Amino acid sequence: MASPSEAAHPPEAHRGAFSSRRVFILAAIGSAAGLGNIWRFPYVAYENGGGAFILPYLVALLGAGIPFLLFDYAIGHRFRGSAPLSFRRMSRTGEMLGWWQVGICAVIGVYYAVIIAWALRYTIFSTNEAWGDDPNGFLFGEFLQVADPGIGLDFVPGVLVPLILVWVVVLVILGLGVQRGIGAASVVFIPLMIVAFLALVVQALFLPGAAQGLNALFTPDWAALADTGVWAAAFGQIFFSLSVGFGIMITYASYVGRRTDMTGSGLVVGFSNSAFELLAGIGVFAALGFMAQANGVSVDEVATSGLGLAFIAFPAIISEAPAGALIGVLFFGTLVLAGITSLISVIEVVISGVRDKLDLSRTAATLAVVVPSGLVSVLLFATTTGVPILDTIDYFINRFGIVLVAVVTVLVVTWAYRELPDLRAHMNLTTSFPLGRWWMVLVGGLTPLVLTFILVQEFRDALAEPYGGYPAWLLTFLGWGSAVGVIVFAIVAALLPWSKRTRLDKPASLVTVTSDRSSGKAER
Amino acid sequence: MSGSAVVMMIVAMVVIWGGLGLAVVNLSRYSGEEPGEAPRDL
Repeated sequence: MASPSEAAHPPEAHRGAFSSRRVFILAAIGSAAGLGNIWRFPYVAYENGGGAFILPYLVALLGAGIPFLLFDYAIGHRFRGSAPLSFRRMSRTGEMLGWWQVGICAVIGVYYAVIIAWALRYTIFSTNEAWGDDPNGFLFGEFLQVADPGIGLDFVPGVLVPLILVWVVVLVILGLGVQRGIGAASVVFIPLMIVAFLALVVQALFLPGAAQGLNALFTPDWAALADTGVWAAAFGQIFFSLSVGFGIMITYASYVGRRTDMTGSGLVVGFSNSAFELLAGIGVFAALGFMAQANGVSVDEVATSGLGLAFIAFPAIISEAPAGALIGVLFFGTLVLAGITSLISVIEVVISGVRDKLDLSRTAATLAVVVPSGLVSVLLFATTTGVPILDTIDYFINRFGIVLVAVVTVLVVTWAYRELPDLRAHMNLTTSFPLGRWWMVLVGGLTPLVLTFILVQEFRDALAEPYGGYPAWLLTFLGWGSAVGVIVFAIVAALLPWSKRTRLDKPASLVTVTSDRSSGKAER
Repeated sequence: MSGSAVVMMIVAMVVIWGGLGLAVVNLSRYSGEEPGEAPRDL
């Protein structure tokens, strides 16, 4: 936990800092536990071996997920900066990696906010089951008013208004700063989210047919373990769900007191994320079991994930279940809370990078990032043409943005900069759980190997057939274009000069700082 | 629910929720021993 004098240490106070380890852990859980935990994990587990999936899932969590999380923590905590500044301090050539991650976060932020806006709207729709008896037609017709793929400016007021509201909330939280904004929001939202979701799960478990759903989710298919695709799915799920590899955990870790036990905290965050996922799996499949029984079909006919699960299957469940409105408010309310805490972490990566580079005040950097992001978000996604664009960018930036930058970063840091021994030593200075050499093997060896395998597969799939059957111009310019665009952005941003007030030298290690503290030697 | 499904559900709960419990206990125990301002021996 940060001591009072440490929190008041001038350079740290200037950047902002979490007031305690607990607040940092809640913020990190808020970032990790997002929409993917609720709508992605249950279906991935169901599709990939059911109960048997727990084995590859645990191997992925302990073998790659948590080690990678600690890798991000180590970078942010050791180099005390945003992603670009941390990598710049690591090596003169490293800055680009940081801006690449910043670019990805900027892209994700603009469309992630839109899904939260939908969930916000559906929280209200739940109270009177506005979708009637056709949730599918309602979603794409009446609510989103989806037009053919294109780029137009026909705004959909039903999306526009909640979307603006989401961006205002983001602006306020991030404008308030690291502790008073992100920290305070996490301290309130995360417990609230867990309580709401627990209430939802309890209610779902009492629905008729719930056991049938759980049976479908947990019945093990041991033969699935021989399938490499199942193992890739486990690593993919852990990787996406933990929010590792694209700057978030580096940024948050840079706000944590120097003597905080980062490894012990990382274990808590990693397991919390999975604990929430498992809870989501139970709640979602109990509800799907109810729906299957109510319609006299098997669970595999109703099982689905992503937007279809949240905005089509759940409305149907809400309509049919006793006290459906309550289920709806709890479900969509949880989505909003989980989404907001993840969205602020994504945008904070951008704000932090801009702040460090230009030495702006918190308010100036927040306005400089959130206002343009909000505008782009509204212009692209609050329109009748928003859905295909959102779907395309999401698909490409996840695969050829996040996975690619993660592989490149971990390879460069391990094999070119050879920083793993230093990062490991740093993590082991103050820890309840010392990292052995095995950590370096997992981070520098196993993780890039598995991620490269996933990446190659995804690349083959993307080239084999046009994603979603969308037109070539959409996939080329907005799909591949966004993945390549963030790299171009990274190169340009890395060429621009730093503010003279930003110190680019490597911060002294903890041992040196401790002995130099009385002389007032600052790290930046 | 079939027997194997019940067993795997319990295994998943024990391993993941239990793992979280152990991680929390590990962390909270450590903070008691955390050296405040004093330099840490290496």
